[in-house]
Amino acid sequence: MVFTSTPSEKAGLMEASAVQGRSLWDDARARLMRNKAAVASMILLAVLVFLAFIGPLIWIHDSTEIYRDRVQIPPTWDNWHIFGTDAQGRDLFARTLVGLRMSLLVGVVATAVSLVIGVLWGATAGFLGGRTDQIMMRIVDVLYSIPFIFFVIILMVVFGRNIILIFVAIGAVEWLTMARIVRGQTISLRAMEFVEAAQAAGVSQASIIRRHVVPNVLGPVVVYVTLTIPAVILAESFLSFLGLGVQEPLTSLGNLIANGARDMEIANWTLFFPAATMMITLFCFNFIGDGLRDAIDPKDR
Amino acid sequence: MLGYITRRLLVAVPTILVIITVAFFMMRIAPGGPFDMEQPMPEQIRQNILAHFGMDQPLWKQYVDYLAGLVRGDLGPSLKFRDKTVADIIAEGFPISATIGLLSISLALMIGSVLGSLAALRQNTAADFGVVGFATVGIVIPPFVVGPVLSLVVGIYLGWLPSGGLDPRHGMTIERLILPVVTLALPQIAIISRLMRASMIEVIRSNYIRTARAKGLSAGAVITRHAMRSAILPLVSYLGPAAAALLTGSIVIEQVFSLPGIGRQFVFAALQRDYTVVMGVVILYASLIIVLNLVADLLYAALNPKVKYD
Repeated sequence: MVFTSTPSEKAGLMEASAVQGRSLWDDARARLMRNKAAVASMILLAVLVFLAFIGPLIWIHDSTEIYRDRVQIPPTWDNWHIFGTDAQGRDLFARTLVGLRMSLLVGVVATAVSLVIGVLWGATAGFLGGRTDQIMMRIVDVLYSIPFIFFVIILMVVFGRNIILIFVAIGAVEWLTMARIVRGQTISLRAMEFVEAAQAAGVSQASIIRRHVVPNVLGPVVVYVTLTIPAVILAESFLSFLGLGVQEPLTSLGNLIANGARDMEIANWTLFFPAATMMITLFCFNFIGDGLRDAIDPKDR
Repeated sequence: MLGYITRRLLVAVPTILVIITVAFFMMRIAPGGPFDMEQPMPEQIRQNILAHFGMDQPLWKQYVDYLAGLVRGDLGPSLKFRDKTVADIIAEGFPISATIGLLSISLALMIGSVLGSLAALRQNTAADFGVVGFATVGIVIPPFVVGPVLSLVVGIYLGWLPSGGLDPRHGMTIERLILPVVTLALPQIAIISRLMRASMIEVIRSNYIRTARAKGLSAGAVITRHAMRSAILPLVSYLGPAAAALLTGSIVIEQVFSLPGIGRQFVFAALQRDYTVVMGVVILYASLIIVLNLVADLLYAALNPKVKYD
């Protein structure tokens, strides 16, 4: 993340800024660090990410190992089944970690896809303006009125439940709002003196977009990214819940929740733990996103 | 005004056409077909069935025929349900989905705008934090968690409401609708109360509200007669996206509560390669979203004297 920094780094920045004057980003970072919910969320999210990516490697149970004599046992310290086991006798803690890893991965990769498309599209439209802008944004308007989830469902059915396709499909759905935000920012930037100066100096359009426009649109984009990741995680788990997401032996939180919902009458922990994990993760992203928005755009305070 | 509506509808035609084309060819390049059984059927029978549905023709011809059918208002027969047309299937499922969707959005608008206004008027009090907290929870908990938990707790542990789906013999009774409607409305209540809170806070700080207070209007009259009117504008422009969210949500809700609505039909039809039903539902929903967006824009113009379409 752009905004997280170690305490020593932060102190160094504060010291330096006392002499040099404070940039927009220093101000934003200081405001973010004062937001307790956002800081707590960042710490919690770091723990979750660590658990999701390192946890499965060191946890004593493998997520795919089946214990025939321990099917659907409730959470217990015996054999360290702290989340219990599922209907096939697999350790639910291990499966939750693996599922969380998949959900985070989908969230980040699909958001990256939407980021690349959205920023390029929006920046180009906003910067070129005129007819090009009109046509490009018209296309976005048209795409907005398409019931996209139906197309994602058709895609999943048509091409099989391919994990890479899930990334691309969800990312391709989410880039529209990004493009609109970036375009709006770009249009206001275009009128700025430093862009005019670059134009006067004969810098090519492409490198003005790359060097001047994109870095300056970053603020709202970063905020929107932190809010898109949870939306993507939700979208993936929605597909998984319908049986159209990632496939066994891979699993995601949506998959686990779907299985838990099926077994909840006899084994409510199989629903509780994956659902709670997902909610905590989404909470963290939302608090970080809200905190970032307040930090970068403090006009509401 | 009329010119504006006509222009918007004229733009909608190519939009729908693009949607139809993409959906049509996407379904057709899918491996497998509607008549793939577990045991392969004799080639002759297969040919006859394909010929019956006009599927022995080249693809472009089928596409042209399909469009010609659409112009006549014919969505074609279902490929999976014998003796049922796509129109029949939509006529069976859509009233259920529409009822649940309409009830949910009405509930969400009522509760959401009241909660949001309350929070805004008592900013930074316990009531405000309560609403904001609830709104965050509502956005974060997905309907496919709320649905099963509600039906487990209210339906099975407490036994207050039926947990199962809509039994065709009983039809849509109120008890059977409560859980699905509440589940679908919950995230919308959350979003709407957040929107309402933000816009209300902005409105009550504006000059004309101060004027209204200064001329001696009671606090209640200021809110209901002056503040509300402009504070609900963001809600109106949210109606378009909300409609799309409800359609998506209804797919899950119908799955969770086993309701025979159109969303469930769609997933089933897509899995079964029932091309015509998939197309029919996509066209229906795309047109719905376009019309609802137009209605939201017109409503916005009607409520906001600053906006004029011509």
